[in-house]
Amino acid sequence: MRGIRVLLFFLCLVPLTAFAGGSRVTLDQAPIQYTDTLSLQRGAKIFVNYCLTCHSANYMRYNRLRDLGLSKKQIKDNLIFTGKKPGDLMKIAMKEKEAQKWFGVVPPDLSVIARSRGADWLYTYLRQFYRDESTTTGWNNLVFDKAAMPHVLYELQGEQLLRLEMVDDGHGGKHEVKKLVLNKPGLLSKTEYDMYVADLVNYLVYLGEPAATYRVQLGIIVMLFLFGMLGLTYALKHDFWREVH
Amino acid sequence: MGKRLNSIVKWIDERFPLTSNWKAHLTEYYAPKNFNFWYYFGSLAMLVLVNQLLTGIFLTMNYKPDASMAFASVEYIMRDVDFGWLIRYMHSTGASMFFVVVYLHMFRGMMYGSYRKPRELLWLIGSGIFFVLMMLAFTGYILPWGQMSYWGAMVIINMIMAIPVIGEPLSNLILGDFTLSDAALNRFFAYHVVTLPVLLVTLVVVHVIALHEVGSNNPDGIEIKANRDPKTNIPVDGIPFHPYYTVKDIFGVVVFLILFCGIIFFAPEMGGYFLEYNNFIPANTLQTPDHIAPVWYFTPYYSMLRAATVNFLWIDAKLWGIILMGGSVAIICLLPWLDRSPVKSIRYKGPYFKTALTLFVISVFVLGWLGTKTPTPLYTLLAQIFTVIYFAFFILMPWYSKIDKCKPEPKRVTK
Repeated sequence: MRGIRVLLFFLCLVPLTAFAGGSRVTLDQAPIQYTDTLSLQRGAKIFVNYCLTCHSANYMRYNRLRDLGLSKKQIKDNLIFTGKKPGDLMKIAMKEKEAQKWFGVVPPDLSVIARSRGADWLYTYLRQFYRDESTTTGWNNLVFDKAAMPHVLYELQGEQLLRLEMVDDGHGGKHEVKKLVLNKPGLLSKTEYDMYVADLVNYLVYLGEPAATYRVQLGIIVMLFLFGMLGLTYALKHDFWREVH
Repeated sequence: MGKRLNSIVKWIDERFPLTSNWKAHLTEYYAPKNFNFWYYFGSLAMLVLVNQLLTGIFLTMNYKPDASMAFASVEYIMRDVDFGWLIRYMHSTGASMFFVVVYLHMFRGMMYGSYRKPRELLWLIGSGIFFVLMMLAFTGYILPWGQMSYWGAMVIINMIMAIPVIGEPLSNLILGDFTLSDAALNRFFAYHVVTLPVLLVTLVVVHVIALHEVGSNNPDGIEIKANRDPKTNIPVDGIPFHPYYTVKDIFGVVVFLILFCGIIFFAPEMGGYFLEYNNFIPANTLQTPDHIAPVWYFTPYYSMLRAATVNFLWIDAKLWGIILMGGSVAIICLLPWLDRSPVKSIRYKGPYFKTALTLFVISVFVLGWLGTKTPTPLYTLLAQIFTVIYFAFFILMPWYSKIDKCKPEPKRVTK
């Protein structure tokens, strides 16, 4: 048995090796709250204004936004700019062929982007654009190197520049750290911009699974029912099995 | 009312063996009275099977097996179909939970020697069920037509193509095309909703018939039929399946549902293990993902596939990988003939078997974990070591099970 214990100990160390050698950008945690309806409404507004021209949300209908406490009229008057009906899907006018020509790549549909990328990735990505004259768009991104997407929220965030700094790693050595510094300020302060992006990411998470809030609410009721059943079925089993023991 | 019912039953009994079957399989099927925790998973597998069949039927009502529409139709189910999200999550969570309960069910058999005589055929039928289940999981995973659906299937298809002589024609027959395409998606849909479910349900019925013929094993691994009441001829350690095990299993079902619904309602992606994040990207035939990982229940076999890195004899590494992967599943069928121990249950088996089984379980977990990772030289080495341990458990069993120091079996079942 001792051999097994030693083996088990070494097996416990195996996962640690996964962290060695990874040089990924650490993602910031997105400060979002899926129950914050106002944040979701602001996010929806940002989404239709800034995203929904190049990116589609082909699986989402405008009138589904009633989930966010909006009326059909509010949706129609404030969030639909293309003469579409509230029951229509959030499609865009740009054709894939044109997109390919203009951007070199078709901008991905955003319906389930939060489910493939994750909220933290989106939150970090949208805040880490920097000026880079060597790229076609003039922008680059710390999370997504040479992203085909230009910095759409540029006028709000301002212009960031990449700074390479040498930092002590605490073991006597030094390593390079990439840092972004604000070169030209935008219309929003840093905190305001972070909150602005958080609202958008909150909306993107909602967009990924509009039923999620209801899912959790229903889940609580189902769980209460099941725990009730647990007591009843245990009593039933106990009653029958008294004869066996 | 009772009289009316009796006359109806009598009417049926004269035309169909209703009462006799009810007795044979429920009220007069005598199961050992010492079933423990591990004996819940057979009936739970049945529950998940029914869940998969029912939710599957509802999914087909809105799913479109068309390469250009499949992904969108799944999202349509998730958004526009009433409770479509619930049906889909029940099905996707059910797929993973099917493997959870079946793996535990199989492990129970390994612990208590349920594959030993006279249950060899029962074990073989069960192995058949496991194989069909894997094919169902594979074909089902292709249907949403996401990146992982497409590229995961691509890995398997390349594997089939690498089989000498028959590989290519076999792959063409399965796909209905030379590569993974719309035509192939249609075929996989047909396999997933007609061929395989029919096969699975048939095998499950045969499995239960075979079980009720030989009778259930128990944690002590002794035959309760050897000790019958001289008057009634009923096994003294047996109790009628109904009502005793039906009420017990209903309790088990509720415990299982708490876990099952917990996942469905609060963590349907299960951290990317039940629904992979990359499968929320529509299939792109021009863009191979950096990292192709199968769903968790296939990762141990995937590790073994990747563990083969050297050409050996006249067979190249790729084919060795396929042989290892296929062999790792096929070798499970041979258990009844590999175990030479004088006792069935782990309770009376000696230290060799206990150590071997522990190492086997560890190797399955490590291989499973490695299968989710991008291979590095260290990981590949680990995969190779644990592949050897996995196979050694089976191949060395005739030897270590025979020389093991076993304890004597009791005459009657213990608590």
